[in-house]
Amino acid sequence: MSTVKLTVNGKAVSVDVEDRTLLSNLLRDNLNLTGTHVGCDTSQCGACVVHIDGRAVKSCTVLAGQANGSSITTIEGLAKGDELHPMQAAFRDNHGLQCGFCTPGMIMSAVDIVHRYGGQLDEATVRHELEGNICRCTGYHNIVKAVLDAAGRMKVSQAAE
Amino acid sequence: MGVEGIGASVVRKEDKRFITGKGRYVDDIKLPGMTYAHFIRSPHAHAKVKGIDSSAALKIPGVVAVLTGKEIVDDKVGNLICGWAITSKDGSPMKMGAWPAMAPETVRFVGQAVAVVIAETKNLARDAAEAVVVNYEELPAVADVTSAIKAGAPQLHPEAPGNQVYDWVIGDEAATSAAFAKAANVVKLDLTNNRLAPNPMEPRSAIADYDTAEEHYTLYTTSQNPHVARLVLSAFYNIAPEHKLRVIAPDVGGGFGSKIYIYPEEMVALWASKKTGRPVKWTGDRTEAFLTDAHGRDHVTHAEMAFDASNKIVGLKVKTYANFGAYMSLFSSAVPTYLYATLLSGQYVIPAIHAEVIGVYTNTTPVDAYRGAGRPEASYLLERMMETAARQLKVDPAALRKANFITQFPYQTPVIMAYDVGDFNASLDAAMKAIDYAGFAGRKAQAKAAGKLRGIGVSCYIEACGIAPSKAVGSLGAGVGLWESAEVRVNPVGTIEILTGSHSHGQGHETTFCQLVAERLGVPISQVSIVHGDTDKVQFGMGTYGSRSAAVGLTAILKAMEKMEAKAKKIAAHALEASEADIVIENGEFKVTGTDKAIALPMVALAAYTAHNLPDGMEPGLKESAFYDPTNFTFPAGAYICELEVDPGTGKTSFVNFVAADDFGRLINPMIVEGQVHGGLAQGIGQALLEHAVYDSNAQPITASFMDYTMPRADDLPSFKLSHTTTLCPGNPLGIKGCGEAGAIGASAAVINAITDAIGKNNLEMPATPDRVWRTIHSA
Repeated sequence: MSTVKLTVNGKAVSVDVEDRTLLSNLLRDNLNLTGTHVGCDTSQCGACVVHIDGRAVKSCTVLAGQANGSSITTIEGLAKGDELHPMQAAFRDNHGLQCGFCTPGMIMSAVDIVHRYGGQLDEATVRHELEGNICRCTGYHNIVKAVLDAAGRMKVSQAAE
Repeated sequence: MGVEGIGASVVRKEDKRFITGKGRYVDDIKLPGMTYAHFIRSPHAHAKVKGIDSSAALKIPGVVAVLTGKEIVDDKVGNLICGWAITSKDGSPMKMGAWPAMAPETVRFVGQAVAVVIAETKNLARDAAEAVVVNYEELPAVADVTSAIKAGAPQLHPEAPGNQVYDWVIGDEAATSAAFAKAANVVKLDLTNNRLAPNPMEPRSAIADYDTAEEHYTLYTTSQNPHVARLVLSAFYNIAPEHKLRVIAPDVGGGFGSKIYIYPEEMVALWASKKTGRPVKWTGDRTEAFLTDAHGRDHVTHAEMAFDASNKIVGLKVKTYANFGAYMSLFSSAVPTYLYATLLSGQYVIPAIHAEVIGVYTNTTPVDAYRGAGRPEASYLLERMMETAARQLKVDPAALRKANFITQFPYQTPVIMAYDVGDFNASLDAAMKAIDYAGFAGRKAQAKAAGKLRGIGVSCYIEACGIAPSKAVGSLGAGVGLWESAEVRVNPVGTIEILTGSHSHGQGHETTFCQLVAERLGVPISQVSIVHGDTDKVQFGMGTYGSRSAAVGLTAILKAMEKMEAKAKKIAAHALEASEADIVIENGEFKVTGTDKAIALPMVALAAYTAHNLPDGMEPGLKESAFYDPTNFTFPAGAYICELEVDPGTGKTSFVNFVAADDFGRLINPMIVEGQVHGGLAQGIGQALLEHAVYDSNAQPITASFMDYTMPRADDLPSFKLSHTTTLCPGNPLGIKGCGEAGAIGASAAVINAITDAIGKNNLEMPATPDRVWRTIHSA
């Protein structure tokens, strides 16, 4: 057993877990943050993507202990209270989700993509960058639209800040 | 149409919880005292279970129980059933081997469970499973239908000699032979419809909770049809009487058919919960999904189509071998028969059809309905056939189709189905215009100059949806009626709850079903909620599959709404001292037509519940229910055209354009309908280019993870250009045909027709991987 100290969605937490515990399990089982999903065993599907110190990471590939001391943002921590993150709003407005299972990971990856490209995105780039997130419902058509839409919204909101 | 009524692309009510991480899927649920199950599964495709030694596992602290197949059989938990009886051409019933929830003696596919460990944590259950020693005696195994039907092949079930489940026929053999005898041209085609793994993103999961005092079970499960699950668990698996079993399917992360069935894991969890006196949770991992979720497709077919001298089709002969895997799954028997061969007329006038379907056992994961279920196989066969014929007869493939389209409705096909309405020319014309079909030759020449092989492929599909009139399916062998139920509750404050037997696992019912209420009453959808997925709340329902939720489920809601409105009008007329016939409903008010007299819905509802001033003899309350049984299948149809380029150096395919023109009848929410088409197209394209559940010759699965099985990813797919042509379905009052499966039914043939057009060779199987395409280009 190890004690893992993290900041999760702005709150300091300290959890005792088995050494083999994955970050995805710690979030789901110990912290009840069940918005982070597990859709495969091989780090292919991306349903478990969270931000570790601002970078999108598949939380099923990280041992909880490896994340010790870091700051984690999960899908539950993305909105500011009742105000949705522009990426969340864009997914809703563009019908970028159906069953919703891949959606948290998809949104967390997409936020990171927009940050890394500074909002300078085109369809081909978005499709390439989403390679690590699998969706079985949408055919990606509306996810790509949502990410491009959000890139515009995030640029505007950054300019306003 | 109001802003939230029928035809409006309203954003989805359910999305907020999903985009904020507040969805509630089965694996998100924890119960006090919950234990965890881990299954011990056969690593062999075919073996005798000689012994199970769980003594070491039981010594591990925290292990609650190790339960075996022998125990579940001894406790008289029923064998898994197949719910559709098929009769062979010789009049004999289909031949089925027994399928216990865990194998007591013989395992017949890799992944079949032989025992289960119940422990205090997931990790402990997994560790303990490794300490259980199972002694197997391996037997020879067979994975594909061609090998399984050969003399001397390994035999799976003594009940099914030669591994044959049934040999079923449809159509008029003599008339078909006569048509072929007179034909000017006969086109022949051999093809394989590749086996697929459905792979909804949420793995299956179940939590069973037995209440010893009440002798009552609660099952949380990833189901498309919780009421059917309860019925089957109760009536056939001896778990508990229906009133002692509550089945809840909360948010479910996609189904595509694979979550229709009641699986062994749910039966074992329920049984184990009673045995251990603890709640039991099982959540599958992705490899378990590949090994145990029912697969789709897997047909081997030889077909011949006969044409007269003017290129009119005169006959079609089909012989299909369908791989059922090791056991007959719940609806498996109907898929290659009544959901496949009954669609073999496609969009065409074919005077004589004869089809024979031979169902075969193999040592593979059971096969059942996967998005489209039989109809993709029929559509792929016909549309590859039409393309092959056009090439052989040297005519334009679109023109050949048009020359043979059904244009008079209703149209009785020679294979049971009676198409009610359609306009196949309209959808093909729309697709041809959208892709600039006329300009293709120029684009092909340009691509050639750039060293690329460009191709175009057409696919005109039709499907039978709405599944279906109960009497009709009953006469064909179905074990259940396929109606739907609904209840409309107007609360005393005027808010509305709609209870439906349909289940939403991505389809957006919480929005579209509210839109019907908004349309009829003029109230905002925020005042309406949809209740589904819980057998304690909803009286009964048949669930969601076969593109049935709008055509059947929403019609049931409409019927209940009509009853509720009729009563509400009586209450309003009484309150307004007007004639009931003069009451109209507008903007949430009951108005006396031609006057300014009105009473708002909440006041009508309150009057219904206070019952202080109701018409004489009227019961209090404002709640109505309805059961709706459709009068026919619905027949969505459309045309897809794919334009793509093949790199002759690598065999890699790149999309240039993909257009879809669908006729789904009336659309409730076009945004959601288009989302359904996008997803279906992705699965159809996935089948054509990427996906294949592969077994080696010893029936070992070699695609049991996302590392091995190619799921379509964002950069494998194009953006789609969709359009709609509309003929309203006369079979239901809303004119709805259904849209859930179309993309998966029509897309594969368009892609393969385009690739084979590009490379100038017709013999190409799915999935058309770069390797396979390259080899075909360079074949003799």
